[in-house]
Amino acid sequence: MIENILNIIGIENYIFLTVLLFCIGVFGVLYRRNAIIVFMSIEIMLNAVNLLFVAFSTYHQDAEGQVFVFFSMAVAAAEVAVGLAILVSVFRNLGSIDIDNLKNLKG
Amino acid sequence: MSPVLITFYFLAAFTLATAFLTIYSKNPIHSAIYLVLCMVSIMGHYLLLNAQFVAIVQLIVYAGAIMVLMLFTIMLMNLNKEDEVHKPRITRLGAIVVFILMSMVLITIFINSKTIMGEYDSTGEDFQSIKVLGKVLLNEYMVPFEFASILLLVAMIGTVLLTKKEKDQK
Repeated sequence: MIENILNIIGIENYIFLTVLLFCIGVFGVLYRRNAIIVFMSIEIMLNAVNLLFVAFSTYHQDAEGQVFVFFSMAVAAAEVAVGLAILVSVFRNLGSIDIDNLKNLKG
Repeated sequence: MSPVLITFYFLAAFTLATAFLTIYSKNPIHSAIYLVLCMVSIMGHYLLLNAQFVAIVQLIVYAGAIMVLMLFTIMLMNLNKEDEVHKPRITRLGAIVVFILMSMVLITIFINSKTIMGEYDSTGEDFQSIKVLGKVLLNEYMVPFEFASILLLVAMIGTVLLTKKEKDQK
């Protein structure tokens, strides 16, 4: 029952789910102005890709896909820590984290 | 419909709904809580695929550490209010159009690429228990594993340096 789970569900269902999840992440980056919500959308996109990695790791019966998910989670943790630190210092200097207010580099 | 398929459809609908509500809800605290639910449902997908190690790491790292960090930052900035101004209407319309077109194009591509992937057959061998994963991680991927620890150390030092107050400024 467990080892032929992809025979029941089908790899294409996982592909459609992750494509939709990734597109929701892109939509969030484009739609919102709050920088923290933009960060959360990036997390959604990373999770979509991780889910596809694990689905294809099961599909090919190979453990290396899950090892890559482990590395991508380590990179995501580092990215969130540094990104939130940047947001805190932006908030300290400007008083808001609205990304449309960050126009100091505009030429 | 087998119970596994029903579980998968329920989990998929829950994942997509909470991901959408993360973006749609105006209060950042509500967004963070919906994102925690989204991460937990993705952990359900991992458990359905019998990937135990990734499921537990997902729960501890994403739903635990990263989301607590985000909630702390939201409360530190006192963003617990719904006064965000929307983007201009043309930008929001563009975002919706990009969402629809991108999902349509990608889904069409993957529908047509189904013949390339071939049939799935299971050999029944153990490939994703924690024992096997540990052997792969510490034999073939030993050097990237150590570099990951260096990356986390550099990120920690960078975070401390970025958030430190500079005293000679004011």
